[in-house]
Order: sequence, then C-alpha cells, then structure tokens
Amino acid sequence: MGYTLQYGQVYHYIPYLLGGAWISLQIAFLCFCGGIAIGMLNAVALAFGNRLAAGVARAYVTFFTNTPGLVQIYFIYYALPDLHIVLDSVHAVVLGITLNAGGYLALILRSGFLSVPVNEIDAGVTLGMTRLMLLRYVIVPHMIGVLYPAIGNKFILMVLGTAVAGVFGVEDLMGRTINANAESFRSIELLSITAAIYVAMTICATIALSGVGMALLRRRVRFAG
Amino acid sequence: MAGIWQELPRFLTWYNGIFLLNALLNTLLLSIIGCLAGGTIGLSLAIIRCARGRAMAVPRAFAWAFTEFFRRLPPLVVLMLAFFGASVARVDLTLFQVALIGLCLIATASLAEIVRGGIVSVHPNQWDSAAALNFGYLRCVLTVILPQAWRVIIPPAISFMLLFIKDTAFASQLGTLELTYAGKVLTTKGFSAALSYGTVLLLYFALSYALAGLGRRLETSIGIPADR
Amino acid sequence: MAFLQIADLSATYGRSPVLSGVSLAVEKGEVLSLIGPSGSGKSTLLRVLIGLLPPQAGSVTLAGQRVDYAVPAALRALRGRCAIVFQQYNLFQNMTVLNNVMVAPLKIKRRPRPEVEEEARALLGKVGLSAKLHAHPSELSGGQQQRVAIARALAVKPELLLLDEVTSALDPELVQEVLDIIRLLAQEHMTMIAVSHEMGFVREIATKVALMSEGTVVEIGTPAEIFDAPRSERARAFISKIIRAH
Ligand SMILES: Nc1ncnc2c1ncn2[C@@H]1O[C@H](COP(=O)(O)OP(=O)(O)O)[C@@H](O)[C@H]1O
Ligand SMILES: [Mg+2]
Repeated sequence: MGYTLQYGQVYHYIPYLLGGAWISLQIAFLCFCGGIAIGMLNAVALAFGNRLAAGVARAYVTFFTNTPGLVQIYFIYYALPDLHIVLDSVHAVVLGITLNAGGYLALILRSGFLSVPVNEIDAGVTLGMTRLMLLRYVIVPHMIGVLYPAIGNKFILMVLGTAVAGVFGVEDLMGRTINANAESFRSIELLSITAAIYVAMTICATIALSGVGMALLRRRVRFAG
Repeated sequence: MAGIWQELPRFLTWYNGIFLLNALLNTLLLSIIGCLAGGTIGLSLAIIRCARGRAMAVPRAFAWAFTEFFRRLPPLVVLMLAFFGASVARVDLTLFQVALIGLCLIATASLAEIVRGGIVSVHPNQWDSAAALNFGYLRCVLTVILPQAWRVIIPPAISFMLLFIKDTAFASQLGTLELTYAGKVLTTKGFSAALSYGTVLLLYFALSYALAGLGRRLETSIGIPADR
Repeated sequence: MAFLQIADLSATYGRSPVLSGVSLAVEKGEVLSLIGPSGSGKSTLLRVLIGLLPPQAGSVTLAGQRVDYAVPAALRALRGRCAIVFQQYNLFQNMTVLNNVMVAPLKIKRRPRPEVEEEARALLGKVGLSAKLHAHPSELSGGQQQRVAIARALAVKPELLLLDEVTSALDPELVQEVLDIIRLLAQEHMTMIAVSHEMGFVREIATKVALMSEGTVVEIGTPAEIFDAPRSERARAFISKIIRAH
C-alpha cells in the first residue's frame, strides 16, 4: 500500500478542530434544553392530557421518532423557504435537532411519569404523609432516579448527533473536519483526530454526568454512552 | 404549498416511482444487512469481551477497544472513515459496499454493548453451576447464559435497530443511492424541496413505523410488556 | 491416604484472606458435616474444592491424586468426580427440570441420549419429581427446585457430593423433603461434605463434624464429641447458639 500516515501535516488543525468541538457541545446543550422543553410538553400531554392533547403529542412523537433527523433538517433548511420561512444553516440545524430530540425525550419523560413507586407510596401513606409530602419525598425523587440515567444517555447521544450540522456547513467539529479535509486531503489523519475528540467528548460527558448523578442521587449511575 | 399540487402530476411518474422504490429498497438493505452482520459480529465481540482468564486478555482488549471506540463516534465519522479507508487501502468497492461496511461497524459496536449488557444481567450463580458441571465458557454462554439474556437483550436491540434505520440516512453523504440521496437527486431534477424531502420523510416513516410495529409484536410475543 | 485429603488450604477473595490453613480428610463413604458461624468460610471451602475459586496455597488430593487447579484438564477431571449443590439451587432457568438433569451427561460427557434420559427420569423419580419433568424451575417450590438440583448433581455420578446449606433457603415445611433425600444418599454410602445447621440431622447422618471459624477448622470430631463435649471456647459458644435456635 502506497499510503503513509502524515500527522505532521494536520497537527496545526487541532486547535481549529477543538474549537469546532466546543461549538458542537454548545449546539448539543442548546438543543438538549429545547428538547427537554418540547419533550416535557409532549410527555405531560401524553400522560395526563385530554384526548386532543394526547393525540397531537402522539402524532408529534411518532413523526419525529420515525424519520431521520438528517432528512428533517433537509426539509427545514430547503423546504421551509418555500413557505417564506428562511433559516440560516445554524438555525435550521439547531431547530431540527431540537424538534427531533423533543420526540425522543417525550418518550423518556413519559416513562418516568408512568413509573410509580407503589410500595413506597403505600409506606408513605401509612406513615401519614400528605399528598404534597408524598410528591416531595417519594414520587419526585423516584422519578429523578428513573429519568436521570435515561436522559443523561440521551444527552451523550446528542453530542454525537450534532455531527449532522457539518452536513449543512456549520462550523462544528464535523463541519470543520470537512473543511480541513477539503484543504489538506489528509482525510484519515484528520478523521482519526476528529474521532478521538468525539470519543473524548463522550467520555468527559459520561464522567461529568456520573459526577452530577452521584451528587444528585447519592448512588452510582451507569450510562450506556 | 399550492405549488406542490401543481407539480404533483409531473412528480408522480412511473420513472420516479421506480427510482424511489429502488432507493427505499437500498435503505432497507443497508438496515437489514447492517443489523444482521452487526448482530452476528457484535454477539461474537460481546462473548469475547465477557470471557475470563489471561489467555483471552488480548482478544478481550480488542473487543473492548472496538466497541468503546465505534459506539462513541457519530455515524457520519464512521462512514467517512470507511470511505477514505477504502480509498487509501485501494480496495475497489462500490459506494453501497463502503456505506455498508461503515454501517456494519456502527451496528456491531452498539449491538455488542447491548448483548454484553444482557450477558452480565444473568445471575452469576448460573455461571457457577455450569462451571461446576464442567461446562466450558462457550458452551455455558450458548446453552445457559444467552437463552436467559435474550429477554434483556431484545428490547434495546429493537430500539437500536429502529434508530439504525435512520442512521443509514448518512450513507447519502458518501453518495450512496438510498432514500435520502434520492431526495437530493429529486431536488436537483427541479422538484421542490418540500415535495422531494416530504416524500422521502413519508417513505422513511412508513418503513420505520411498520418495523416498529413488528418489533412490538415480537416483544409481546416473547412476553416482554410493551410500554413504548 | 484418605479419599479426599485437604492440607493447609488457603484462599482469598481479592486481598482479604477467607480460608487460612484448612486441613481435613474424608474417607470414602463418609459424611463430613461442616458447621460454623456465617462468614466463617464454609461456602468458600466448597467453592475452592470444586474449582470455582483458585486456592492460594495448600493441596487437595482426591483418590490419591493431587488436584492442580491451574490445569484445565485436571479441573475437568476433578469436576467429573465431584458435584455441588448450592444453597440457592442455581438451576438453569432456561431449561426444564429434565433438561437441567440431562444437560451435563448429554452435552459434557457426551453419553447417548436414551440412556441419559432413562437415568434422569429415574433420578427425578428418586427425588419425587416424576410429575414435574417438563416444568421450568420458576414454576417449582424451593424444596422442589433443590431436589432437582440434587438430581442434577447426581446425574454426573459423582464420587464426592458437596452440599452447601441446601435447606437454609427453604420454607420450614419444605426442609424435610430435601433432608430425606440426603439421608437416602447417606444410606447408599455416598461420600458427602455437607454444610448444614440442622443439628438433629447432622447427628443422624454425619460420621464427622468439622467446626469452622474465621477461615480455619477449629475442631473436628464425631457429632457426639462436637455437640455434647466441645473442647474449645469458640466451639462451645457456637454450639450453644445453634442449640438455642432449634
Ligand atoms: N464473592 C465474594 N467476594 C468477597 N468476599 C466474599 C465473597 N464471598 C464471600 N466473601 C467473604 O468470605 C468470607 C467467607 O464467606 P463464606 O464462605 O460465604 O462463609 P459461610 O459460607 O461460612 O457463611 C466472608 O467474610 C465473606 O464476607
Ligand atoms: Mg455459606
């Protein structure tokens, strides 16, 4: 094989790529927050809403979780201008990822709402807890315990999911990798550095989430990510 | 929006139908072959990763590194690695094959992790009994552990496969003709983005929704309560 | 030399020592009963004997042959002659009762199916479970599961049977049905090491009793010697405790 790896030619891209990684994280965080808001609305509608609200939420979730995020963003970026909604690429990507995450997070949040610690509630009732006390000391802590690992996992997946932005020319880690590749043609070297940064980002996110989980739940939380 | 109705007759041609059907078939093929190959290799990696003993240290480390690396990458990065890797290695592959390799790597890593989760979920005393009865490692995994692990493996495996169908969309970035790429092609042929990508979204939806239903049926048929 | 000779056996879990210098001898046809407080290392001793935990030091000699636990072939040979029944039954949850009993002779010893099946049915008859051949473990009571576990252990025709508190996970009314089977085995002169705190039962079937404490054997003797005239202070304290419990 006539190919030799020449990392010397791509080292100077590392700060540029790391800057992209920072943008990726920002996108992930922004979309995650938006996704939580949309997911919460949908989950409440699914779990407690009337038929109309539940139906709308179900339609939303079914659509966004059964189609690829990439095509959703294509639609937002290229088709919405026909309706005179023109978004630049960053906004289209952020909107797309957020709407998509809203669908998945709705399912996660709903499963949390529907998991009720029956035995603990019985115990609380026999101890004479009021409904508010039950909510405060039994139900909410239980829900956080159920939801935290699942939501944390989703966040880690979303960090990777932001790579879709690169397709639309956003200067996230993926986008900057594509730019650098077009300039240097050292694809394998660049991609391996990018891969290492993504791996490092998910590992850092896992560690950070475990730390927060430890403080929040006072037990070890395992993340698949 | 009115525009869509006007271009619809021009859009609904025999030719476009065949074109989209072919693209849908390719998406389906990428998904199915990716899952089958990923499932098989992932299962093997998980079995290797759970093995004990010094003799297995090197394969175990490899399985660990492979799994942890590839499941921490965006699909697009893996696909591009496969694409440029193939061109650097000067192997003559079609774009479809390159995409398939990338997708298999993704599915392998994720399914390996899911299977491993199933294996470790089985009560450790099952290993003890088997070992005391002289079962070797592989026999124990195949006859005792995996038959009990399936119930834990199947729900997340189905969830993954449904996500994976959507990941195949990234194959379009290599130029592989599948649904997403077909949408791009249709827009370059002058159809509106709303119609082209709308149709593509609809086709993905039909595929994913049907397979999700199938997955739920499978889960209930093996006695796993459907809660999704 | 005795059929099973254990000399100066030591073992650790990670870094904490669990067995230190255990020496015991069991003759063919003998029933050795291991007693001792919880955490004294009884289960660990059985696990080491069957090769589930590698010993740190000392030796085990079975039928005149020293067992080298680091050699897979030796381990296989050992497990061909010994079998263990666990406190929690540990039946294969994915197999029927009959398959639990048949799997080792069939798949490991590769014996012909008709013969294995006939023996398995006979064994399950012996433990009183002929009616449950095709049930799954989760459909059985604890006592029934433990009887299946005994049948499964017997199916490999062991020369030495290790029993780890086989009745302590059972509801009181189910204890006798399991003890009856062990009593039957003792009458057939099966060599056994049984961890058990069923005093009356130990007195009846054990030829020897070893009292363990903190990873060592502190006293060995006949049941009468140990229960009626314990020599050491530790033995006295423990015996009075289990007598009071019964
Ligand atoms: N898997 C294990 N890991 C670490 N320590 C263990 C493990 N199993 C048992 N031990 C420790 O070994 C000691 C002996 O345990 P065991 O042999 O189970 O006692 P016994 O069966 O006499 O109650 C105990 O102190 C226990 O805490
Ligand atoms: Mg014990």
